[in-house]
Amino acid sequence: MAALYPAYPRQTLTALRTLAWKETQRYLRIWVQTLVPPAITMTLYFIIFGNLIGSRVGPMDGYSFMEFIAPGIIMMAVITNSYTNVVSSFFGAKFQRHIEELLVSPTPNYVILAGYVAGGVGRGLFTGLIVTIIASFFADLSIHSVPVTVSVVFLTAVLFSIGGFLNGMFAKKFDDIAIVPTFILTPLTYLGGVFYSVSLLPDFWQGLSLANPILYMVNAFRYGILGSSDIPLGIAYTLVLAFIVAGTWLSLWLLQRGTGLRS
Amino acid sequence: MNALSLRQLNKTYPGGVTALKDVDLDVPPGDFFGLLGPNGAGKTTIIGIVASLVRPTSGSVSVFGHDIGRNPWEAKSNLGLVPQEFNFNQFETVSQIVLNQAGYYGIDRRTARERAERYLRELDLWGKRDASSRSLSGGMKRRLMIARALIHEPRLLILDEPTAGVDIELRRSMWDFLRQMNERGTTIILTTHYLEEAESLCRNIGIIDGGQIVENTDVRTLLSKLKSQSFLLDISAPVSQLPELPDFYVVPIDERTIEVEIHGEQTLTDLFTHLNGSGVTVTSMKNKSNRLEELFVRMLGKHETPAVTEEA
Repeated sequence: MAALYPAYPRQTLTALRTLAWKETQRYLRIWVQTLVPPAITMTLYFIIFGNLIGSRVGPMDGYSFMEFIAPGIIMMAVITNSYTNVVSSFFGAKFQRHIEELLVSPTPNYVILAGYVAGGVGRGLFTGLIVTIIASFFADLSIHSVPVTVSVVFLTAVLFSIGGFLNGMFAKKFDDIAIVPTFILTPLTYLGGVFYSVSLLPDFWQGLSLANPILYMVNAFRYGILGSSDIPLGIAYTLVLAFIVAGTWLSLWLLQRGTGLRS
Repeated sequence: MNALSLRQLNKTYPGGVTALKDVDLDVPPGDFFGLLGPNGAGKTTIIGIVASLVRPTSGSVSVFGHDIGRNPWEAKSNLGLVPQEFNFNQFETVSQIVLNQAGYYGIDRRTARERAERYLRELDLWGKRDASSRSLSGGMKRRLMIARALIHEPRLLILDEPTAGVDIELRRSMWDFLRQMNERGTTIILTTHYLEEAESLCRNIGIIDGGQIVENTDVRTLLSKLKSQSFLLDISAPVSQLPELPDFYVVPIDERTIEVEIHGEQTLTDLFTHLNGSGVTVTSMKNKSNRLEELFVRMLGKHETPAVTEEA
């Protein structure tokens, strides 16, 4: 594992800045693939679920359906885009072998992880901002707690960027980078209380939903915006932070071992 | 202090293939060292381990006295790698690729820009600096990898088959460039299939076979081990009128060309004296084959000739 304090702090920072900026340039360069699709998809969600169907659903937890789903949809965009950015970029680097540019250089492993995560967080937050702007056309979003809103969205983006990184480390072919988002991430997001309050579910399904980490993030974010949540805030923070620590440790361990990178 | 020191380097790949067996190798600073060997001998594994792309099973590597495991920053900063296959981002421009690489070595942007301009100009890529790397020709891509490997100004440059698949003109210009780099003090290690390249460029040569260094010496000593040389002679008289040359092994090639093999103590003067005495004039002469290649084939005891024209 890396030393706590880098031997060459200025150079290490330059390496981090370089990788983070390269990752940022990547998603900005292909903005038609990265920033436009979530804007279109989420606009459709707002029109169809929020406006057309939502007007017949009635209030949810005391808020109009549109107000209720807006935080969930923003969070969905953040989660999906953070994850996708890192998994695509890191696997792409492995596939094209330009990850070797980093491996031959003295860039420490934790900088490699941090650089990719910075790209994922950047895209996640950028997309989140776009979707928030779109949401403001449909719902009157007044933020209940800025610190909670900002910290939860940031930590979620970090967590799912790390998730994407891990997926990219293990992936050997393009199928492997599609399986997790399709079969795990999307169902968990949809079942994570984006469109409904878990209090509507029967006890069994409510209990099962509590095993879904995304539920905690969506609800904590909803608390930040609306001031209402299905679950206690403390648990949400603890869980997200625990996942971040575990994911970081696992990523660094895999980088150290060179899993999927060094033969 | 050696530019590169390998000690008891072993590599067994998962699946049980042993690629390297107790490899010890020292390359002194300022050397132009050629690492030769047939396909699968372990050349790329050695380079992979030195460049941190392959994990050794055991053993140590140090670059200018810095162990790559214990002092990675110092060791890696002294090392530049030009790999065999293109491994840059196809979607980035030439400038982005070299500038980012500088950043990974902790070089600030301003210095990186100055160096990028210098090396891209030297390698005739400055005009292509804003071009997407995938739009470059094969030769340009190879030069881009050289520029990328030089951006942090390493004292040791390793090139894995640098001229594979490039045309003769470009190969010659790359040779000149590498010679200049070496004259300016950069230690160069290259692997090559083109034995002519090794003979022309390298001062010292290591031959690896079956994961072991079987020979490590300077080119002159290596060539002196070759006891015979063959020459092709164009002669004035038809081959049928050629006198007996009892001490020489002569093979007629065509009407007015012969191949003559000269052994041990024999000299060309002996040969010419014989021919001259019989009134046969030699109009031109050339060395039949690449001597190093000849030696290489004999040393490895293999009958197949290494690929000398095109990388496999």
